[in-house]
Amino acid sequence: MSAVEIAARVRSGEWSAVDVLEGHLEAISAREGEIHAFNLVMVDEAREAAAAVDSAVASGRDPGPLAGVPVALKDNMCTRGVPTTCSSRILDGWRPPYDATVVTRAVEAGAVVIGKTNLDEFAMGSSTEHSAFGPTLNPHDTTRVPGGSSGGSAAAVAAGFSSVALGSDTGGSIRQPAALCGVVGVKPTYGLVSRYGLVAFASSLDQIGPFAGSVADAALMLEVIGGHDPMDSTSIPRPAPDISAHLDRGVEGMRIGLITELLEGVDPDVAARVHEAAETLSAAGAVIDEVSVPATLYGLTAYYLIAPAEASSNLARFDGVRYGLRVDGPDTAEMMIRTRSAGFGDEVKARIMLGTFALSAGYYEAFYGKAQKVRTLVRREFGAAYADHDLLLSPTSPSVAFPLGAKADPMSMYMCDVCTLPSNLSGEAAMSVPFGSGAHGLPVGVQVLAPAMGEVEMFRAAAVLEAGAPSESATEEGRS
Amino acid sequence: MTAITPEEVEHVAVLARLRLSPEEVTHFTGHLGAILEHAADVEALDLADVPPTSHPVHLENVMRPDTVGPTLDRSEVLAEAPAAEQDRFRVPPILGVEP
Repeated sequence: MSAVEIAARVRSGEWSAVDVLEGHLEAISAREGEIHAFNLVMVDEAREAAAAVDSAVASGRDPGPLAGVPVALKDNMCTRGVPTTCSSRILDGWRPPYDATVVTRAVEAGAVVIGKTNLDEFAMGSSTEHSAFGPTLNPHDTTRVPGGSSGGSAAAVAAGFSSVALGSDTGGSIRQPAALCGVVGVKPTYGLVSRYGLVAFASSLDQIGPFAGSVADAALMLEVIGGHDPMDSTSIPRPAPDISAHLDRGVEGMRIGLITELLEGVDPDVAARVHEAAETLSAAGAVIDEVSVPATLYGLTAYYLIAPAEASSNLARFDGVRYGLRVDGPDTAEMMIRTRSAGFGDEVKARIMLGTFALSAGYYEAFYGKAQKVRTLVRREFGAAYADHDLLLSPTSPSVAFPLGAKADPMSMYMCDVCTLPSNLSGEAAMSVPFGSGAHGLPVGVQVLAPAMGEVEMFRAAAVLEAGAPSESATEEGRS
Repeated sequence: MTAITPEEVEHVAVLARLRLSPEEVTHFTGHLGAILEHAADVEALDLADVPPTSHPVHLENVMRPDTVGPTLDRSEVLAEAPAAEQDRFRVPPILGVEP
């Protein structure tokens, strides 16, 4: 259900936040057993919050721009007194003593937190299969993955369990599941949204952003959570941009480049939708051409050295001392070894070891040092592309949603992020917009990329794509 | 480039405070080897004149006024720890333990 509509009708007193919530809880009762989008549905807390919104309206107070809007939170965002697991055994039983800034801002704007969503353990994965609590399934086809790592948030919005959701995106973890589940997903510019209270994976890449059923809902959510936060030293000292007011300004005269390298090697059904998206933007007055960004191809390797290197450092804090699981031992070092060996899953262990290896003596320059230089190339080439383009366009994911267990080989899973991770390396903005369907009638997402702080232009193009997206029947020939 | 050896995997596990079973050593040697094989792409590039990027935005130290503000409640934080004593996190012995 549209967040813009819920907020407007709850603020005017036409709808009750409690009724809106109950509608979503019914949807959860009907299908959550099958989908497993949530680690925790916060029924009691949500009912209390919705009732508070209604009594604010009844007493003449404005609950805020997200009045009564159900929001689902990826379970790597801290919620005071409510378990925050990162879908890992190592945080077993831990209840954070504070709320993440994004949670505080959403709640202060009148949102109703409906639950904590499933993810690949510590956000490491592209399918939500690497959760200690079992996989989330794609609401469009429950034999397939929802993408990841924010698969629970994407599935929750796609299944109508929540109006909007928040995720985190380190290499595509918002945009790729959004594409695979047929919803809008946004990775804002690095520093636009505070990460205070987000459990860190790779600090130079992580960014929080919204999932929504529409471009307008995503804009509303981003306006609420964005803007400077003194609690995050990487937060850009500027207010959140006003996006909603500019959504209908179109793309007349905009120069938009199709990234050549990211159209090669993707499935033909996906490439066809991206070319149609380019035609849609062209018909709306944008000037489209192809642009080469060759470093995007090296980005994958650089990413899979940089992200694990940072993760190996960030995840050192999970040692059985301060939170969650402890497996006792005769001395502290042995306790830490036992706790970490029992608490982390295989994918997390693999990435910690890969990162430790890439940073270790004798290998640092060859791996981590080179990867950081590739990062410079990615930034330079994007910079050159944006010198004569306002926006860039590419697929979000090389394929539609794939069956569970289909990507057992680690490199084939990592390839899922090839189109999305360059924006994390460059720190720039990008979002996925649903644009018709591909093989098996499954959703296809088109990625709109923008330079840093280019959110307004990015959302304008997204709105044009949303309005011009082919209907189900129009892409019927793409089914197989 | 040389693929990672089982001995290197065992060494890295020690550095990362992880203990692996012999089956896990075999599994992770293959897993990490597959990824490092792709890292050869990057190794082959001539990047001598390219400076590294560690962070997407320019960061510099920012000083703020040293004023007293609210902090997390100590008892609430310690209540979530696996063990606490005398307002501190409690851990098993660190000193005087035979290695």
